[in-house]
Amino acid sequence: MADENRFDVVVIGSGPGGYVACVRAAQLGMRTACVEKHSRLGGVCLNVGCIPSKALLDSSEFYHMARERFPEHGIRLQGIELDLSAMMARKDKVVGELTENVRKLLERHKVTVFHGTGRLTAPNRVTVELSQEPGRSVVLEAGSVLLATGSEPVSVPGIPYDGRFIVSSTEALAFQEIPERLGIVGGGYIGLELGSVWHRLGSQVTVIEMLPRIAALLDAQISRALERVLRRQGFRFFLESRVLEASVENGEVQVRVQTKDGEQRLTFDRLLVAVGRRPLTRGLGLEALGVATHPKTGHILVDANYRSSVPGVYAIGDLIAGPMLAHKASAEAVACVERMAGLDSEVNYDAVPAIIYTWPEVAAVGKTEEELRDLNVPYCVGTYPFAGAGRARCMGETEGFVKVLSHASSGRLLGIHIIGPRASDIIAEGVLAMECGAKASDIGRIMHGHPTFAEALQEAARVAAACAIYGKD
Amino acid sequence: MVQDIVIPEVGESVREAVLAEWFVKPGERVTKGTVLFVLETDKVTLEVPAEADGIVEILVPAGQTVSVGAVVGRIQTERAAEDLAEEPRIKPFAAVLPPEVAFAAGQDSARPVEPPAEVAGEAAMQQPEKPPMPQEKADRYPSAGRLAAQLGVDLARVKGTGPQGRITRGDVLLFWESQGHATADAPMGLSAVSTGSAPFEGLKMAPSSAPPAPEAPPAPIPSRGADAAPEETRKPMSPIRKRIAERLLHAKHSTAMLTTFNEVDMTRVMDFRRRFKDAFKEKYGVSLGFMSFFVRACVQALQEIPEVNAFIDGDEIVYHAHVHMGIAVGAERGLVVPVIRYADRLSFAEIERAIGDFVGKIRENRLKLSDLEGGTFTISNGGVYGSLLSTPILNPPQSAILGLHKIEDRPVALNGQVVIRPMMYVALSYDHRIIDGREAVTFLRRIKEGIEDPERLLVGI
Repeated sequence: MADENRFDVVVIGSGPGGYVACVRAAQLGMRTACVEKHSRLGGVCLNVGCIPSKALLDSSEFYHMARERFPEHGIRLQGIELDLSAMMARKDKVVGELTENVRKLLERHKVTVFHGTGRLTAPNRVTVELSQEPGRSVVLEAGSVLLATGSEPVSVPGIPYDGRFIVSSTEALAFQEIPERLGIVGGGYIGLELGSVWHRLGSQVTVIEMLPRIAALLDAQISRALERVLRRQGFRFFLESRVLEASVENGEVQVRVQTKDGEQRLTFDRLLVAVGRRPLTRGLGLEALGVATHPKTGHILVDANYRSSVPGVYAIGDLIAGPMLAHKASAEAVACVERMAGLDSEVNYDAVPAIIYTWPEVAAVGKTEEELRDLNVPYCVGTYPFAGAGRARCMGETEGFVKVLSHASSGRLLGIHIIGPRASDIIAEGVLAMECGAKASDIGRIMHGHPTFAEALQEAARVAAACAIYGKD
Repeated sequence: MVQDIVIPEVGESVREAVLAEWFVKPGERVTKGTVLFVLETDKVTLEVPAEADGIVEILVPAGQTVSVGAVVGRIQTERAAEDLAEEPRIKPFAAVLPPEVAFAAGQDSARPVEPPAEVAGEAAMQQPEKPPMPQEKADRYPSAGRLAAQLGVDLARVKGTGPQGRITRGDVLLFWESQGHATADAPMGLSAVSTGSAPFEGLKMAPSSAPPAPEAPPAPIPSRGADAAPEETRKPMSPIRKRIAERLLHAKHSTAMLTTFNEVDMTRVMDFRRRFKDAFKEKYGVSLGFMSFFVRACVQALQEIPEVNAFIDGDEIVYHAHVHMGIAVGAERGLVVPVIRYADRLSFAEIERAIGDFVGKIRENRLKLSDLEGGTFTISNGGVYGSLLSTPILNPPQSAILGLHKIEDRPVALNGQVVIRPMMYVALSYDHRIIDGREAVTFLRRIKEGIEDPERLLVGI
């Protein structure tokens, strides 16, 4: 074998897990290769996930504000028009720039990129079917193989994707025209974010969710508040409802839904199926090698060093257990590669932020009130509405509140949950505080700029601190 | 019985609100604390929880404007407990208001939430009692293992909430807090529990999610087992331990202390006790122990050799007319020496009762400072811990202390024969500035005589 195909580490996948792993491995002096089946680097997050959806969320929010919110600020506009193709082009430009940056980043770190489909053919060997030269493959010899192929949308029996009328999130980021009636199966964050985009652009959005509440992993109080806000914005929700069947007839999607109160027939122009994602392990050659996976979820089972059951094979990100979040994958990438290099590195799973980019935004870190109740932990709750924060009043964004959960005896922060303006930015303070083992009173005491949205977090923390039985100070 | 569901006060100036949504259906079974419905005003949104377990009846549908105090539903509580004589129909409003309401009322409020009373904090964090499957063994992240070792937490008892149920640092901390380690002055969070390290040391374990900037190759990590216990830990001295340390060092520095030894044949006193303990217990309600014999023997010896019961004060010697006998007792928080006042006037039963009272007070943490003051002499019994021989340390300003030790069957020569006898070594530490060797040795010999022939105590010879 040629020496140029011998590497210290071969990373399969170039998403926020894969490319970060490549860069860190290269920085630590490892000879590194990256295998990516798509022509553009960056994975789902950059190409058809977080980035394009946020680009559209921002664009659509501006449109919505221009039409609905500017008059209250004394700005009158006439002839506001939507140029969807320009909006989509801007989104593509953003995606293009960022994926190009990833390419340059890998180049700068001298990471060898192979565009093709990687498959493990031995614990230390990856065979890549090259995308650009069909039929040709290269064999890479690797000291370690790091699997970072991410996840793919789950399909639902009875709802056949056709890529045009019945679609996954990928297509819903690139509709050519605004669907008048958009149905969404799944009330998780993907459905709610994409629903928000199209709702602001004019779609009538209907969300069908099996569980009794939307975004079920959120703190229940936040989840209920979000549902009320979205209903008021015009979302329709069918909760505890299940799609029995969906079919396309005459350019319309006919959906039979089993609701709490019986069966209903709904008609949509487009149906987005966003019921969740599953680890993308197909074609990696795991079975042949004996890489153990979870029998139900399909996650690759790893130890605390991200080692799979086969020596030399590692996995991170959506492939393994835990929340399917880009920043979690990146953090695991760094920890995994550093541990390979013998460094003492670790991901703190107690402080993983999660954000939903609806408006108002939702952001959370740590445990929910329900989780604490289940764990029988004595806790304090402090909430504070954004209506009490001067900055929010100025902006005219007074919806939502901050909820701080702390240990009733020690006062240590256990969870922070926010629904409101700029929640995605405020949560960073909460993550840092939890990482440092801060108490609610610590956030209450540090100075916060005035007037800022973060003052609502400070006030909520003060309320929680006042309740701590022993930790009062 | 039936409880009304009432619209609570939302704020001082607010008399009406919109019942925006019911979260429960008519006929639904709810538990106390379940959110029933949400109220909306122009200022606040308020979730109203159930006040009791039971089945919900809805009287006012969602969407209506309701005024404070209106009854909007009922809860049919399950089998009302035996006597519900005059239970208030519903609790005072303020007690149930979630915090966001308080804002409208112009003040903050908070609600502490305790776990159900029947669940002990400790048990709550434990995993179900079942033999762990091989795969279910306590799998942890390395830092969680280190933290557990530092805090002395048994990982088998910690529930893991990380991916694949793995134990995180947070899980270890939650368990530790559930063990009652979470007081206000307990060290805060990670930085504080990883002792002897920089305040933000915990941070270095969390990699940034952005690719880190190029950097020099990091120094190799010392090869210590990932889960190895720390080399040392530091804890602040408790106030009582500080006081003990001060006093003992003072005793060493400010006296001319030395120790004399003897041994006591316990045969007769054990026999004596065996013969009378039942009658004694019956008459006085306390057990007859050896301590009362030693106290009586000391009293007699102290009266014969008053220097042992005296203090040095500057250039003078203070002689005590009475004996206030300190008895050293090992308590959980440290050694304490309660004082039996006027031991020279007390009978065996009164001495035993006094000792029993002190033990009870120590156990219940009721010991007063006055119980510890004014001793003129001290007996310390290291024998309860199995000590064969030791040199007790003076309890200043006292001039002497008697050390008792364990009773052990030993071969001794008696009338030219080797016999086995229950023997105890005794030690007298004394301040040589005031007590000469002759007095000290004589004192100890008198103790020996009194215990070996308990009748002597009766007649005072």
